Amino acid sequence: MSVIGPGTPAPDFTLRTEEGEEFTLADARGQTTVLVFFPSAFSPVCSDQFNLYQEVLGELQDGGARLYGVSTDSSYSQHAFRDSLGVDIPMLSDFEPKGEVARAFGVFFDPAGTATRALVILDPDGVVKWSWEGEHPGVLPGANLIFDGLAA
Amino acid sequence: MTELGSAPLPPLADDDHVRGPSGAPLLIEYADFECHFCRMAHVRLGDEAVRRVFRHFPVRSKHPRAWATASAAEAAARQGRFWEMHDSLYADQGRLDDPHLWSRAQELGLDVDRFEVDRRSEEVLERVRRDFQSGIRAGVATTPTFFVAGHPHPGVPTDDLLSTVTNQRTN
Repeated sequence: MSVIGPGTPAPDFTLRTEEGEEFTLADARGQTTVLVFFPSAFSPVCSDQFNLYQEVLGELQDGGARLYGVSTDSSYSQHAFRDSLGVDIPMLSDFEPKGEVARAFGVFFDPAGTATRALVILDPDGVVKWSWEGEHPGVLPGANLIFDGLAA
Repeated sequence: MTELGSAPLPPLADDDHVRGPSGAPLLIEYADFECHFCRMAHVRLGDEAVRRVFRHFPVRSKHPRAWATASAAEAAARQGRFWEMHDSLYADQGRLDDPHLWSRAQELGLDVDRFEVDRRSEEVLERVRRDFQSGIRAGVATTPTFFVAGHPHPGVPTDDLLSTVTNQRTN
């Protein structure tokens, strides 16, 4: 399984916001959506990754992009994680059915039961504009990749 | 390791902060002053015969005083004391608030009023931003990240990396 490629219409999906609301493909339409798939809340690499994106979040938002962290953690864990990092990037939970959205986007890692580390950018029509997947979870994608993906 | 840069690392600029013998192998570092691993790297490199270049990579949500300390070091640089402030900050990362910065400036014999104006100036902010942006473009994603011959090595330098670096000189 590998990450969904550019030009592919995104599969319909339902994730949960930190407030427990549904976030679906319909919600992603009309904006440029950056889904930041990550393996686990509180793992050290993820922490660096979201702190880094937070540093350039204003610039990304000025360019019209909306970022979301996506993992198979529960909303409560995600909220605590985001809070502990002090970042404003909202988290979306793929907890139940676990990993269903990660699977649909080709970024579920079976041996660990989590998402892999991957980035997927959806254009305002819900079509995959750009995507990236790390060789292994320790590979940390710099913010430059998101800027490149948005410009692709 | 996988290289994920979007642009090559900018070459040495006239106003880059460099120390070490001019013939020694070059090690370009992206770091911030509140980062503990950066401090460990600084200590680790203490006795190595390398030419070090320091570039700012402050990430404020991780290190709330990263930008303030980067600006303080740049303000010290305007009075010719960048490395002295660099060493002072890494010598005690528990004291990074404004009054601590003023007393450090005083201890280093800086004109404190000028230091205070400079560290809040747009020029100094722009100088820090320039380093940060060049790091982002080069794919820096964590601190410290060291570049050896244009290739990134995240984390505190290992013995293997340092022997690679020092071998550059003999080759």
